[in-house]
Amino acid sequence: MLELNRENFETEVLKKEGYVLVDYWSPSCEPCKAMMPAIEELAGKYGDKVHFTSLDITKARRVAIGQRVLGLPTIILYKDGEKCEELGADVVSAAAVEEMIRRHTGA
Amino acid sequence: MEKLYDVIIIGGGPAGLTAALYAGRAKMKTLLFEGEAFGGQIALTTEVENYPGGALNITGPGLVARMAEQAEHFGVELKKENVTDVDFSSKDKKVTTSKGEYFAKSVIVATGANPRKLGVPGEDVLTGKGVSYCATCDGAFFEELPIYVIGGGDTAVEEAVFLAKFGRKVYIVHRRDELRAARSIQDKALNTPNIEVIWDSVVEEISGDGLVERLVLKNVKTGERTEILADEDDGTFGVFVLVGYIPANELLKDKIALDEQGYVPAGEDMKTNVPGVFVAGDLRAKKLRQVVTATSDGALAAIAAEAYVEHEY
Repeated sequence: MLELNRENFETEVLKKEGYVLVDYWSPSCEPCKAMMPAIEELAGKYGDKVHFTSLDITKARRVAIGQRVLGLPTIILYKDGEKCEELGADVVSAAAVEEMIRRHTGA
Repeated sequence: MEKLYDVIIIGGGPAGLTAALYAGRAKMKTLLFEGEAFGGQIALTTEVENYPGGALNITGPGLVARMAEQAEHFGVELKKENVTDVDFSSKDKKVTTSKGEYFAKSVIVATGANPRKLGVPGEDVLTGKGVSYCATCDGAFFEELPIYVIGGGDTAVEEAVFLAKFGRKVYIVHRRDELRAARSIQDKALNTPNIEVIWDSVVEEISGDGLVERLVLKNVKTGERTEILADEDDGTFGVFVLVGYIPANELLKDKIALDEQGYVPAGEDMKTNVPGVFVAGDLRAKKLRQVVTATSDGALAAIAAEAYVEHEY
């Protein structure tokens, strides 16, 4: 998974063609860290269809807020730089993420 | 027949992990489902000052990580799978997860509790958009912004102190004229310069276009309403809802008896109304929900499950 920051967010997400998944997290967010191995597993499985990335919000808080993300964990799937679907803390799980990927990409 | 466990434990907080430790030490074939979000409520809290023997600076996640390690040391299998269904109708109990089906002679349910919501307009739609139930998860978003903490118990006041490291100013909004939190926690809050308490007040409404921008408070004594708007420069502020918990009983409805509040009634033997099914931790109907009572429940439940498997199964 590619680690995003303030500098590369635009090129790797907003200007990227195709599907991009962003896993918003922070080092103090336990549910985020607990979920991460399962997301990495999905990256192995669907990496050819979706560009998997993660953003540590403590390093790019304004970028996250700019995407209207103010709660963790949040996972957003983008297509051609536009949000297709967002899974927030109340609904997100690895199973929900996989289901979302399959629904949008037809994988 | 799939592999038959002596006991399956549902829940990876202090109650479940202690039950696992005791079951593991009793040489029971033990499987624990911690779910994807491991550690229970305590893994979301910053400090655990009231667990005896824990060092003063231990964090919630640190404590449960040690408990998990200790349980694994005694041969317990831990799986990060979310349990989606249970079937207690046969002698061998079935537990279904997102990945498969598992069978056991006995089950200990330790699914704990989830944060209680306020139930006011705007709360659901702005969750993750400025409304939060987890200070350690979301505190960092609100650096230099105002933060409103709703609640007056231990968790609310403790997390207000934590959030004061990020926020420009932290307001504790409490419906009474005194806090319920333990004295030592209150003193910490009152000695933090950027914390202020708004007494006798409840939230009536939260609103905003994609982000929290407005909060309406009502003074319960005078009936007066106060509208709080985000500064133009800030654009938003944080609302942390820490007003207690509701039992995580979704799996159990119509499977085992629950009380009026949705907790599982059980005495010191941790027995539910279904033979071979036991309860432990915050999910059990009881007076004090703390790590120390959760671990106590876990130990008792494991002993009771062991006796059941040996004599009644």
